Amino acid sequence: MDPRAQVSMVFHLDKCIGCHTCSVACKNIWTDREGAEYMWWNNVETKPGTGYPTRWEDQERYKGGFEQHGDELRLKLQGRMGALANLFFNPYLPTVDEYYEPFDYDYEKLFSAPEGDDQPAVRAKSMISGEYMEIEAGPNWDDDLGGSPVYAKNDPNLEHLTEEERRSLNEIERMVFFYLPRICNHCANPGCVAACPAGAIYKRGEDGIVLIGQDKCRAWRMCISGCPYKKPYFNWKTGKSEKCILCYPRLESGQPPACFHSCVGRIRYLGVLLYDADQIRSAAGAPNERLVDAQREMVLNPFDEQVVMRAKQNGISDDMIEAAQNSPVYKFFKQWKVALPLHPEFRTLPMLFYVPPLQPVQAAIHEVTGAYEIEGTGAAGMAPQFNLILEKARVPIRYLASLFAAGNETLIEDVLKKLVAVRMFKRWQTVVDLKHEEVEQALAYA
Amino acid sequence: MAWIQDLFQPERRQWEDFYRNRWQYDRIVRSTHGVNCTGGCSWEVYVKDGIIVWEMQQTDYPMLEDKLPPYEPRGCQRGISASWYVYSPIRVKYPYIRGPLLDFWREAKQRHDDPVEAWRSIVEDESKRKRYQRARGKGGFRRASWDEVLELIAAACLYTAKRYGPDRLFSFSPIPAMSYLSYAAGSRFTQLFGGASMSFYDWYADLPNQFPETWGDQTDVCESADWYNSKFIVSVGANLNMTRTPDVHFISEARYEGAKFVVVAPDFSQVSKYSDWWIPVKAGEDNAMWMAINHVILKEFHADRTVEYFTDYLTRYSDGPFLIKLDKESDGSAKPGRLLTAGEIERYSGEEHSAWKFLVQDTPSGELRCPKGAVGHHWGSRKGQWNLKLEDSLDDSRIDPQLSFIDRYDELMSVKFYDFAGKRYLRRAVPVRHVLTKDGPVPVATVYDLLFAHYGVSRGLPGDYPTDYNDTVPYTPAWQEPITGIGRETIIRLAREFAANAEKTRGKSMVIIGASANHWYNNNLVYRGPSTALILCGCCGVNGGGLNHYVGQEKLTLAAAWKPVAFANDWLKPPRLQQTPLWHYIMSDQWRYEGEFTEYAPLPNDAKWAKGHAADHVARSVRLGWMPFYPQFNKNPLEVVRDAEQAGAQTPEEITQYVLDELQKGALELSVENPDAPENWPRVWLIWRGNAIQSSAKGHEFFLRHYLGTHHNLIAPERVNGTVRDVKISGKAPEGKMDLVVDINFRMDTSAVYSDIVLPAAFWYEKDDLNSTDLHSFIHNLGKAVDPPWEAKSDYDIFKALAKRVSELAGYAFDGPVKDLVAAPLSANGPDEMAQREIIDWKATGERPVPGRTFPHLKVVDRDYSTLYQKFISFGRKVREDGLTGHNWGPLPIRQFYDELLEYPEGGSPDPRHKRTVSWGGQRYPSLETSLDAANLILHLSPETNGEVCYESFRAKAEDVGVELADLAEGHRSQRLNFGDLKRQPRRTLISPCWSGMTNDGRAYSAWTMMVERLVPWRTLTGRQHLYLDHPYYIDFGENLPTYKPKLDAALIHDITESEQDGNCLRLNYITPHGKWNIHSTYKDNHRMLTLSRGMDPVWLNDKDAARVGIKDNDWVEVYNDNGVVVTRANVSSRVQPGTCLYYHAVERTIYVPKSQLRGRRAGGHNSLTRTRVNPVQLAGGYGQWSYGFNSLGPIGIMTRNTYCLVRKMDKLQWE
Repeated sequence: MDPRAQVSMVFHLDKCIGCHTCSVACKNIWTDREGAEYMWWNNVETKPGTGYPTRWEDQERYKGGFEQHGDELRLKLQGRMGALANLFFNPYLPTVDEYYEPFDYDYEKLFSAPEGDDQPAVRAKSMISGEYMEIEAGPNWDDDLGGSPVYAKNDPNLEHLTEEERRSLNEIERMVFFYLPRICNHCANPGCVAACPAGAIYKRGEDGIVLIGQDKCRAWRMCISGCPYKKPYFNWKTGKSEKCILCYPRLESGQPPACFHSCVGRIRYLGVLLYDADQIRSAAGAPNERLVDAQREMVLNPFDEQVVMRAKQNGISDDMIEAAQNSPVYKFFKQWKVALPLHPEFRTLPMLFYVPPLQPVQAAIHEVTGAYEIEGTGAAGMAPQFNLILEKARVPIRYLASLFAAGNETLIEDVLKKLVAVRMFKRWQTVVDLKHEEVEQALAYA
Repeated sequence: MAWIQDLFQPERRQWEDFYRNRWQYDRIVRSTHGVNCTGGCSWEVYVKDGIIVWEMQQTDYPMLEDKLPPYEPRGCQRGISASWYVYSPIRVKYPYIRGPLLDFWREAKQRHDDPVEAWRSIVEDESKRKRYQRARGKGGFRRASWDEVLELIAAACLYTAKRYGPDRLFSFSPIPAMSYLSYAAGSRFTQLFGGASMSFYDWYADLPNQFPETWGDQTDVCESADWYNSKFIVSVGANLNMTRTPDVHFISEARYEGAKFVVVAPDFSQVSKYSDWWIPVKAGEDNAMWMAINHVILKEFHADRTVEYFTDYLTRYSDGPFLIKLDKESDGSAKPGRLLTAGEIERYSGEEHSAWKFLVQDTPSGELRCPKGAVGHHWGSRKGQWNLKLEDSLDDSRIDPQLSFIDRYDELMSVKFYDFAGKRYLRRAVPVRHVLTKDGPVPVATVYDLLFAHYGVSRGLPGDYPTDYNDTVPYTPAWQEPITGIGRETIIRLAREFAANAEKTRGKSMVIIGASANHWYNNNLVYRGPSTALILCGCCGVNGGGLNHYVGQEKLTLAAAWKPVAFANDWLKPPRLQQTPLWHYIMSDQWRYEGEFTEYAPLPNDAKWAKGHAADHVARSVRLGWMPFYPQFNKNPLEVVRDAEQAGAQTPEEITQYVLDELQKGALELSVENPDAPENWPRVWLIWRGNAIQSSAKGHEFFLRHYLGTHHNLIAPERVNGTVRDVKISGKAPEGKMDLVVDINFRMDTSAVYSDIVLPAAFWYEKDDLNSTDLHSFIHNLGKAVDPPWEAKSDYDIFKALAKRVSELAGYAFDGPVKDLVAAPLSANGPDEMAQREIIDWKATGERPVPGRTFPHLKVVDRDYSTLYQKFISFGRKVREDGLTGHNWGPLPIRQFYDELLEYPEGGSPDPRHKRTVSWGGQRYPSLETSLDAANLILHLSPETNGEVCYESFRAKAEDVGVELADLAEGHRSQRLNFGDLKRQPRRTLISPCWSGMTNDGRAYSAWTMMVERLVPWRTLTGRQHLYLDHPYYIDFGENLPTYKPKLDAALIHDITESEQDGNCLRLNYITPHGKWNIHSTYKDNHRMLTLSRGMDPVWLNDKDAARVGIKDNDWVEVYNDNGVVVTRANVSSRVQPGTCLYYHAVERTIYVPKSQLRGRRAGGHNSLTRTRVNPVQLAGGYGQWSYGFNSLGPIGIMTRNTYCLVRKMDKLQWE
């Protein structure tokens, strides 16, 4: 056992309102400068959707993360890059268009336009070339665009769905979307670290924050390819790559990261996890359906005396151990098992976990009247049928499993059942209109 | 793993200081955003090297009750982008004036030493006037000095007052609650000057007319923490993620506390993702759904069985048991008519105001009884009668009102109910009693019984009742199916769960409702659906229940003390307060582009009042004193008084009689009756804190044409011919009515671009001010983090400077003090509420009008322009005598508190805790010299922030009402808040006699809880919640009972008659909801928000609609109708309902907008396609809860949702 301490995170997607306050908080403080215009260390995506950079989840395109080759775990990029010469031309890097060309406007025209025959209006200008441009992409281009024939439809996660399921996501009875906020996962097995030829990237020993040393970075940009989440970005002005630093200057002065502080939906939880570095290899190499469980096993019980002892031997402070014992992340991920890593099949062991969202109950178009009827409305009783939220959820479980469980649908079902059970239990406590057995059953189920 | 580097050594990580340095800052200052978002969020503004660098939310809100989740962090994507503006290239840094006007002015000043004369020489020269008017909006701005622009504006104001009258000056600034004093500075200037302050809440179509109708209140809702107390929440037309961003977490928290959450929205809106049920009702047809819900509730929870909680609630708190007279028709049936009044029966005929007290039947005795609490009790001479105790006001005996006659009636009468969808009368039996009045026996029914019949719940009675839920007779679940597209099972289940939840929880079912439901022509009926459901289930006045309307930051928590500052009531009364929707409808000539309103809003043709042209209704509402209209007369009101005096009139009464004589002779005319005559034009328009020419300008292109006299994209034809009776049409509609348009702004928005003069305003982080909202119960400050940069000044300082200049130049226009005659409508909060039981249109009958009864009040007001500045900076003594009037109650006695203010020194230090005084003319006054002075003065005089004022006010109110109330304030008598306190931490306001929520001990604010728990009446005729509205207009318009009127027929609206059409066009309902990346137009030009959206504002189309005409995502499209044209790009998604398009409201036409291919000129903004119309029933006034209040009564600026457009793909893009 080789305990490490990691400041880790939970995002509760059932609560996320997709407001992007987090994104702007981060932008204002960290990337509002030349060379960093297009960077959004924190971004929020609409799902189903294509994201930023476009279709980042498609590792056939970007070759990020790791893959298991026999006994060997290796970067997906490695086998493909070949000769050193290719290092200077990396076809798997996202292009400017796949991010977006940052734009500004000639606002000053509204003050300076001479008197003319028509009203002046400002136009967009490229922040790269300074030339007028047509805006064709942005860091949040498919915002709220569920049911889009161009964006939602091209979500890589839909590939696991049947044709019928995919089509129905564009119909009013099944139409749905939700939000996926993303920052650097500060992985336990970071692809960026593995890919950096300069050895510039490291995990801070005391808190697990992954940093790109601005002193050592040599602009190879391999981190960008190595990271399957596309969270390192190249600063064209400084010639170095940069990424989310989990606001360590704030953390070091006792404040949560800016995106956590500013989260108006109150969806973000921050806490310390103790994990066993000896298990990284086995957890990252586990078969797909075992990936989440293996990562959970890697997380150590901070109340276990043995763990505490070994942690202290490793130089982990009493404060960090106490924080690990009070950690909401530990509860969400390990104890309650309602939080899951994003795309565990990328095998970087992300240390940011998501509570998958509940969805409105499905509807059907009535065969005779053509009217929209919500499923289950004809049933007896007058209490809300919370169980239908799960049984008739709009998004197929398989879609969520593709995002958060490497395809393991049972994991998703377990989480959603728990969320519903909490709601039923609290209603039973406060309104007393649900049947006791029904609630008991839900709780037992969960 | 070989590649993992765990790095501990600090010496190898010294580069990490790079980011630490970036995080450093010098100080944090608390402020907030004055932007009408309802957020009211406390922010920390970071300052580094004297520069504002970024903002983060404050997280030090005091907690409410233990069980309630905390409010913080409050703030959203827009708020956190605000600092971008401070040093942005769109910031207005200096005063600007358009070239041609500046040239004329400088030239005129060369020729005239007298600046008023200089202004006259420009505006009386038609070619010059046209020249600078045509340049409006077309570039050519030049910098000018503050001295020069202030002199010009002051001269223009004084010239206007002298030549046409001060009531030709109009000032518009919205939503005081977002920055109390920035608003108040301009309105104080306006009122001291004699100009008209224009309303905003109604103009923004945010005023829910159903609130005054049902509850006699502008708006009163729960704070968002109270959502957590609910167990069943239905969101109707409110997109909480988008528009209540800092509050919406309470919804998810309520869900995990066991609440069910249902979203009713035509599109899969952002908040739908949160919901348990998403109900995509067809756009604009929500009310059909609620009709059926109420049918089910009445059937299953009132007819089939009795829920004691519900019937008890209705008996005590609604007009349910009150008696309605049935008017017999020639065919033997009857129609529901007026409330039976106490004065009509023998027992009460001697009672004071007996026509204003109403009757129920007492159950044990079967006798008619008059319970306390009616409007007649309120304004009577006997105090303590105005309460909801079920006692007879004659002898205090107990009353047990009979809710229904179903078990004991004299007769079953066939009553006619009009079915607006089926265009026919339904005849349904109703149990009635015959009561003996002074005029003989009269059949009466209870409101409750009428409801059953109207909703079609038969209770075994004969008539045109549906047989069951599957019968398509109004208003069953099957009936609504083809209208809403929602299945009957869903509706039945929703009604059952909603009502059963209310039964189990004693009222904790809630409806959150918003703009998208209120912006329809029949908005009041849309709201009466859910309000009726809530009242039937006992949910109003209960924490976790109620109808919670959130549209606009209307809640001026400290209104009582703020009002005299804002409207200069400390010096003079009455102010000139203009109802804006009807004003723009008339003044911007939009009335000329339509015929009779029944053309698009059909009504049965046996109506007495409900017919004709809406402009005639407006004129009637003005001459009967229901609604205000300025200018008042076709003559300068200063001249009117002068002429009256010359004709021998000496007293105000004689002046009034002179005016009535002149009116009856036809020598004097109401301006509203000839709005296009030059003497009746508005002349000077001051705009600040708002985007009056674009964001709120329903009929923006009409504004450009008729107010500004510049280019426009309007091709709609006039249609008025022959349809108006009282309003005169003189020739061609005038273009360019406004002589001068001044915009005070921190950014160059569309209104600024189209104004003659733009003045640089301080940003929200550069001034001291106050902020409150209905979404929480805290009071916030706007704080000065840095001084205004460049030449910017705060709104307060700008108006103070203007006031000073006006006083200095007054001698050029006036020899000395003058007398003004101010007309004021019949207003709420006084005996005016008992002015008109019947409508007497004196113009039609030839009777002599009676001011204050059948005509507006006429008051003579002294004005001295030379002391305007001194009055501006001092708090006059008149208020000491008059007291304060709050949102819901007044006067509050404040003598002792006014005198306390005089104990402070003159001058004094600018410490945020200090108060100061000023002296002039031998008298000392509390100071209003700076916004800080004004803030501290308001905090000192408000019951919500001064515990002793609170206590004294409750004591006074208790006497009025006749119940114990002062105990509510006992616990916090020692509390005093000053501006310094607000800078330290958000502070919760105290429980207040001006508001209706019980908030002691951290309880969440919920409207009407004081009514339910302390028996304080609602401000309605009966004092109860009104399910039945017996104003003669409402009866005539068929809106006495909550009913369904169909969505207006697109073809009858005539938005598309001239526009180019071909097979490549989509014809869509044009919906302009509140957006994600903006607060109205603010942030629409903000680089952060533009980057996170699409760099502009796309129009959202349904995927199948778009495919039909070959439109793909991000294609440029032209969206247009006869009113104007928009050019934008398409967002294509099935989340949008087919047949509709969404264009998120308040688009600037200045940002990334190319030229229109169809009309050749620069395309417009969202309001280029809309226009405003007036729903005449909403003009009703002079009666009970229909008594005028600024922003509280009257038509709203509707028809935004009832707009249709064509959409087609563009093939050519042209920028210049």
